[in-house]
Amino acid sequence: MSNIRLIARLDVKGPNLVKGVQLEGLRKIGDPNVFAKEYYDQGIDELIYIDIVASLYERNNLLEIVRSATKDVFIPLTVGGGIRTVENVRDVLRAGADKVAINTAAIKRPELIREISKRFGSQCMVLSIEAKKVSEGKWEAYYDNGREKTGLDVIQWAKRGYELGAGEILITSVDMEGTAKGFDVDLVRAVSTAVPIPVIASGGMGTINDMLQVINNGCADAVAMAHVLHYKKLTVQEVRESAVSCNVNVRRLKLWSK
Amino acid sequence: MVKITLVDYGIGNILSVQRAFEYCGAQVIISDKPRVIKDSDYLVLPGVGAFADGMKGLSERGLIEAILDFASQERPFLSICLGMQMMMEESEEFGLHEGLRLIPGRVVRIPDQDVNGLRQKIPHIGWNSLEVPQEKEDWNGTILEGIEAGETVYFVHSFTAVPENLSNRLADTYYNGQLISAAVQTGYLYGCQFHPEKSGVTGLKIIHNFLKLKGIV
Repeated sequence: MSNIRLIARLDVKGPNLVKGVQLEGLRKIGDPNVFAKEYYDQGIDELIYIDIVASLYERNNLLEIVRSATKDVFIPLTVGGGIRTVENVRDVLRAGADKVAINTAAIKRPELIREISKRFGSQCMVLSIEAKKVSEGKWEAYYDNGREKTGLDVIQWAKRGYELGAGEILITSVDMEGTAKGFDVDLVRAVSTAVPIPVIASGGMGTINDMLQVINNGCADAVAMAHVLHYKKLTVQEVRESAVSCNVNVRRLKLWSK
Repeated sequence: MVKITLVDYGIGNILSVQRAFEYCGAQVIISDKPRVIKDSDYLVLPGVGAFADGMKGLSERGLIEAILDFASQERPFLSICLGMQMMMEESEEFGLHEGLRLIPGRVVRIPDQDVNGLRQKIPHIGWNSLEVPQEKEDWNGTILEGIEAGETVYFVHSFTAVPENLSNRLADTYYNGQLISAAVQTGYLYGCQFHPEKSGVTGLKIIHNFLKLKGIV
């Protein structure tokens, strides 16, 4: 087994870290980089920044935030929201991101996935999928924060994304996002077993048990969390120690192994 | 203050590498000029992306000769990820491509099955532990001095370097049981398959060690 990654997801609007419920009703939480630094110090494995209004306004103002994060946060950063072209990707990587998460632009022009992975390597091309449940075992892909339907079946879209060169899939359950009522485990399992690339589960984590469920039953390769960390219901250490005590493979940190 | 030159050949996340070295107290010069690279005291070759593109990026700027010239004179050299792979003789990523040939061996794709024949996910992404290769006693005197076996660093790659000589293997890691060369060394020339600039305090310690190789810091 390889280590399951624990990821903090930072949804950003303008200069603020925000959090909503089902990607709607956003509340300001604070300075994203204050949270980023805190999670880094607590030993988070990665950070994901998503500019959640960028594709609505067709711009990306995350670059400054990311550039400034790289001064004292030395872990992988994934950046998404409003990235539409290979040139956008280059700028985001140049600002210090390691990977880009693409949703809307890939739906509008799937070839973009191939262009990005060819130019920068598939390891930096994360396909972000917003999924809403249609019926048992069936989900539809959405974009613009769960507002716009695509008509695409999530599993088929994930497979297509992999074939086009995506190196990872960030799967967000719009139904569960921000509810703290647990992940859509069936969704994550369906995607994770359909593609031979790592899958990051996002949307719904409220408790340690939710995380264990999505790892053990959902076959998630990585778990993204927002609500539980931002509202200080759990610290990264608590999440990691609980994972270790439940025999989940996560990286052991030197700082608390003594 | 140690002055390092960071090779800018059009790919890779230069800024993160720059910031990590600055955090460790180095002065960073970013350059794509053969002369600057040739005359550097410390050289860092980052890299993300495909092997052929990387080599092309170097050769288009006339940097291959400059790097080889630098490498021939016992000066500290650190290559990262694709940079480490380019230290090898050749790679089979999208066809066969020649590398810098600083270390004998080649670059091959990580198999999509693990040692038990089960499907495994590629790329190998995530934090994995550094282990002392069997033939090696310890990491004293290298950039891994003071690192404990088992400390984790961040990997993201689909291809892996296979050094021909055991003596070039500085650290190993295991992905689903399969041995992966995590770091290589020949004299003052080092390569890390992982990203020290993205590996938290352990990565910063490795960078700090690198900056001490000539005893200045």
